[in-house]
Amino acid sequence: MFDLERWEEIFETIRKNKLRTFLTGLSVASGIFILVVLLGIGQGMRNGIGVQFEQDAANILYIWTNRTSVEYKGLNPGREIRLKNTDYQTTAQKYIDELEYKSAVYRIWNGVVTFKKESGSYRVEGVLPDYQFLENSTMTEGRYLNYTDHENYEKVAVIGNRVKNDLFKEADPIGKYVEISGINFKVIGVFTDPGGEREENRVYVPLSTGQRVFYGQNYINNMAFTLDKQDNFEAALAASNKFSSELEAFLKEQHSVAPEDDRAININNSLENAKRFYDLMDMIKYFFWGVGICTIIAGIVGVSNIMLIIVKERTREIGVRKALGAEPLSIVGMVLHESIFVTAIAGLVGLIGSLALLELVGPMIETEFITNPSVNFGIALTTVFILVIAGALAGFFPAYRAARIKPIVALRDE
Amino acid sequence: MIEIKDLHKSYKTGNNSLHVLKGINFNVAEGELVSIMGSSGSGKSTLLNILGMLDEADSGTYTLDGVPIKNLNEKIAARYRNKFLGFIFQSFNLINYKTALDNVALPLYYQGMKRKERIERAMAYLDKVGLSPWAQHHPNELSGGQKQRVAIARALASDPKVLLADEPTGALDTKTSYEVMDLIQKINEEGRTILIVTHEHDIAEMTKRIVNLKDGVIIDDKKVDQVKALQYV
Repeated sequence: MFDLERWEEIFETIRKNKLRTFLTGLSVASGIFILVVLLGIGQGMRNGIGVQFEQDAANILYIWTNRTSVEYKGLNPGREIRLKNTDYQTTAQKYIDELEYKSAVYRIWNGVVTFKKESGSYRVEGVLPDYQFLENSTMTEGRYLNYTDHENYEKVAVIGNRVKNDLFKEADPIGKYVEISGINFKVIGVFTDPGGEREENRVYVPLSTGQRVFYGQNYINNMAFTLDKQDNFEAALAASNKFSSELEAFLKEQHSVAPEDDRAININNSLENAKRFYDLMDMIKYFFWGVGICTIIAGIVGVSNIMLIIVKERTREIGVRKALGAEPLSIVGMVLHESIFVTAIAGLVGLIGSLALLELVGPMIETEFITNPSVNFGIALTTVFILVIAGALAGFFPAYRAARIKPIVALRDE
Repeated sequence: MIEIKDLHKSYKTGNNSLHVLKGINFNVAEGELVSIMGSSGSGKSTLLNILGMLDEADSGTYTLDGVPIKNLNEKIAARYRNKFLGFIFQSFNLINYKTALDNVALPLYYQGMKRKERIERAMAYLDKVGLSPWAQHHPNELSGGQKQRVAIARALASDPKVLLADEPTGALDTKTSYEVMDLIQKINEEGRTILIVTHEHDIAEMTKRIVNLKDGVIIDDKKVDQVKALQYV
């Protein structure tokens, strides 16, 4: 490897065939270039999907109920299951160390909201303060609900941006009273939501107030939880799957629902959904690897061809070397060395080129589906490894051929 | 130095078998300067190839400096060639992109000698053939005679037991041929065993013994009075 003589020979043959070596190198360089850029785009898509899922808290679990579909313990199917405050409280208490945000939701149906002459039908929900983070709402004016509001059954409301625009136009809504189904609530805040208009079309009141004022008793419609952040996606997915299945079992037992009934208790695990997208991303990644590797193979075949020609051209020289005492292994080493050198240099150029491109152009790409395409160090290292293997493969057949040259035949070859 | 007994060699071409060497018995003592003569097709090159371990005989024995040469794999053949033999070719066979010095040093490289040492040794042999001023020149900057002298220095570099020369003057004009023969005679006088394949009578006369080959057998083997090449130079 550090044999000066051999390096000299390699540079000599390269110098003699600049154009040919350049063109060969180009095919390898473009192969690596395409592979790394594709991988970068794959990563960018992954990042893009990640951003999409950050709009709602990424690892949110959403629980709602329905009618039972299976007869169980003498109870007829079609029985309506309704969650209660105790379901929420027990769960919140039991998983207090694992939950990040938690809230129960009581939905007020046909919530007609009126301010002076303006009125509209909006989705009105009684929620707990954590619900702000579960929905990723951001306050533009005033404040969100807090636990004091909840404990004191305050008649206060937080309205979405859309509601504000509909009812108040340009006026400042904070401190004003709106009527919700005929009962006055004081507006304390206006929120905006990354989910857009659809999610800004809502009005939130304290859960306790909602249940008391709108005859909800101790019933709730939904529960929403997020779990504490984990180091990686797999751990987060495992934690949320565990929580989800435990919670489902608990609720089914509480409400006498058959374990095999999959209609009565519903848990939407957003990480499960996310996983589908990540799996898709993985598929795309493998596809990109495949395309990239194929491109590199084309490059290798090019190098292999060139090396075959070089060996053919140097048949006589190889014969002389063998007559002078060169062992077959040293001839193999000579050819392999050159081919690995050419592929490695060309590949590094391609690698550096593609990394530079990703580095320069990557941060500028901010579409909905691709965010900051890049490759990490490990992938760069893998491609370098692939290069060396590729070089060795490209050189193998020519080297084998060279080693089998009989000096007597080579010397006769005028 | 060289002992050959009942050597046979034939080549297969398609269905025909061509019997090239038909029982050669031949000995060379240390310090001899032998020329092998014969028309083309007489088998002289085949004999030289077998002597040079570039080819293997079908039957018969070949002993070189007391070492039986048989059943060689490529690796051992390469090692023996490096250790025992020095080759001089008609067309020189220098490596074009290497300097004269590096060409001479090549056999030493395959012996695994350190670069500094082999350059020193190569320089000494180049000096011996009178080409030390051309050490850094490439073969295409040298005349035919100079190229052959570089090739002779290369053949000597590994200090072999026997020099094998295949038509060493075949590509040279008469005057240059004699210069090269003068060099070969001087090397022989230092005690080195040399075999020359040639079809030129004047060159053969400059050796000490002429072996005549015809149709694969030795028809004549005689010592001759050596003609000194120096008188023509």
